[in-house]
Amino acid sequence: MNVVAKTETGRALGDAFAVVRDRLPGKGKIADQRQQAFEAYERSGLPHRRIEDWKYTDLRALMREVLPLAPAPDAAALDRATAAIKLRAIDGVRRLVLVDGAFAADLSDLGSLEKGLSVRPLREVLDAGDAALSAQAFASDISNPMIALNGAMATDGVVIDIADGTVLTRPLHIVHVASGTAPVAMFTRSLLRLGRDTGVTLVESYLAGEGAKAYQTHDGLIVAIGDNARLDHVRLVEDSVDAFNISSATVTLGAHAHFNTFGLTSGGHVSRYQLTVTCAGEGSKVETNGVNLINGKQHADTTLFLDHAVPHCASREIFRAVVDDRAHSVFQGRIIVRPDAQKTDAKMMTRALLLSDDAEADNKPELEIFADDVTCGHGATTGALDESLLFYMRARGLPEKEAQALLIQAFVGEAIETIVSDALRDVAIATAQRWLEARA
Amino acid sequence: MSLLEVKDLQVRVEEREILHGLSLTVNPGQVHAIMGPNGSGKSTLSHVIAGKPGYEVTGGQILFKGEDLLEMAPNERAAKGVFLAFQYPVEIPGVTTWNFLHAALNAQRKARGEDEISSPAFLKKVREVAKSLNIPQDMLKRGVNVGFSGGEKKRNEILQMALFEPAVCILDEMDSGLDIDALRIAADGVNALRSPERAMVVITHYQRLLNYIVPDVVHVMSKGRVVKSGGKELALELEESGYAQFEDAA
Repeated sequence: MNVVAKTETGRALGDAFAVVRDRLPGKGKIADQRQQAFEAYERSGLPHRRIEDWKYTDLRALMREVLPLAPAPDAAALDRATAAIKLRAIDGVRRLVLVDGAFAADLSDLGSLEKGLSVRPLREVLDAGDAALSAQAFASDISNPMIALNGAMATDGVVIDIADGTVLTRPLHIVHVASGTAPVAMFTRSLLRLGRDTGVTLVESYLAGEGAKAYQTHDGLIVAIGDNARLDHVRLVEDSVDAFNISSATVTLGAHAHFNTFGLTSGGHVSRYQLTVTCAGEGSKVETNGVNLINGKQHADTTLFLDHAVPHCASREIFRAVVDDRAHSVFQGRIIVRPDAQKTDAKMMTRALLLSDDAEADNKPELEIFADDVTCGHGATTGALDESLLFYMRARGLPEKEAQALLIQAFVGEAIETIVSDALRDVAIATAQRWLEARA
Repeated sequence: MSLLEVKDLQVRVEEREILHGLSLTVNPGQVHAIMGPNGSGKSTLSHVIAGKPGYEVTGGQILFKGEDLLEMAPNERAAKGVFLAFQYPVEIPGVTTWNFLHAALNAQRKARGEDEISSPAFLKKVREVAKSLNIPQDMLKRGVNVGFSGGEKKRNEILQMALFEPAVCILDEMDSGLDIDALRIAADGVNALRSPERAMVVITHYQRLLNYIVPDVVHVMSKGRVVKSGGKELALELEESGYAQFEDAA
């Protein structure tokens, strides 16, 4: 064990794991896997800038420590969560709520589930000893320390199964709420399995209850999209400006499957979203798009790893960052095209808009191509708002901030337009609008 | 009271003086033409009146209805009734013409303490104006000036002029890049906006434009000053003799 890299807080966390281990759901093999995951995490500790993947997001400097596990929410906590959810309610969705890392059945819409849809809390699945699902839940690669930590500590989550041939018209909405003022950490992990010929829309939101400040959200999502299935995914990070959100999603696509995902980060002090997508079935299609709208001292990192493992798959990435004040946006997009993945069509475009001299944006596109008959491309730009456009707009009567807001909306619009659902696109536009109004 | 009064204006750009004491008085109902060779400072004058950043006014003043224009932000000037039709209108991808014009008009109205105009009322108004200028509806749905031809961009400027109903219109080289048919359409649009309350300042290299927009007063600019003023016949005189005679006078 690397003693030098081990910090005081690392030791404190080790003690904490020993304390909470018995409270974590899942016994036997699952407990062993948690132990292995924790040991994997402990070997590296919080990732830091000397690890290439974490070069721009040094959690040792930014986060410093992992906070103690949040207690299960009491009635008051659930009330605060209810109020927070109400403010950001989305019409027409089936809401599934996690408060302080625990599934809140009373706040969730579990009535009259559509045929072919199954929703269960992760805790229940693990306690019931469902071997197949448990194996899936702990199948993640523990070489990434934050994924390992998430696996070791996960208290709850949502396990969703869509049976073959089921197409849901009502989107599912997983809402993560931090209810309390205490500086605590939440660890959740959810599973989504789409059978063959299925279709579903999943929304994920991260919210803070009133008064919730410097909490930590550690979330994991594991998705398997079956052959000929389609998942539309919208992710909205609106955590408190003092909060940390370290999340990972691992998505695998079957043959002719389609994954369309859009993420918008406007909240959180430090956020990191690690999205790993594997095209495992021929003819699958991936669209991963996103927007960061950040200011103050916010730090938002989207790290994408797209694995073209088989032939005839297509991927598109459109990423936009708007960075004000002293904020720092990071986009790392790595696309790997395996030797067998002929006829791959992969394109990535990332653009950052800096609104202040102190703002920073790091764009790191990486293409690793091992096949010879492919179409791949990427581009990255960083710049300020065009002064000549601003003057034109002001000469027509628009105050500077309003002119900026229109240009920023246009800048992020190209990414937001990729959301297929009109209602969810409107939700994303409204979220961007709130950010723009707050800076006016 | 005169509408626009430029008094002994001195302007620098990066240590270089472009305007060396320019004076100009424009009264309501008048059309003034400003002619002059490249580099005489015509566009600088239009930019300074509109409030474009990057120009340092080192002396003199610009009064609009007696108020100090130089103290106002560009958007405040627009709300007061100053309009600049750009020589090179910019393209704004992702912002529809329709949205842009609605937001701009409402910003002006808000600045003047007037009620905002609703979407249906705005739609009606903009459609009428667009029709009169022969601007197809679908142009309004596209990004501002994106993919527009030179003529379409200039017509879009005149559309805005008609919509905002400014007191003073500065037209900067409206004829540049236009063929004769496009020029005629644009000029007709401008002429339709002439009124006893409104003044226009037409900046141009060539006399040609003034066949279509007939000025009351013609000024010749050279090396940052007005060197000669006269009636519309002065423009014809220039067409024959060129600017060279004034280069020495300046």
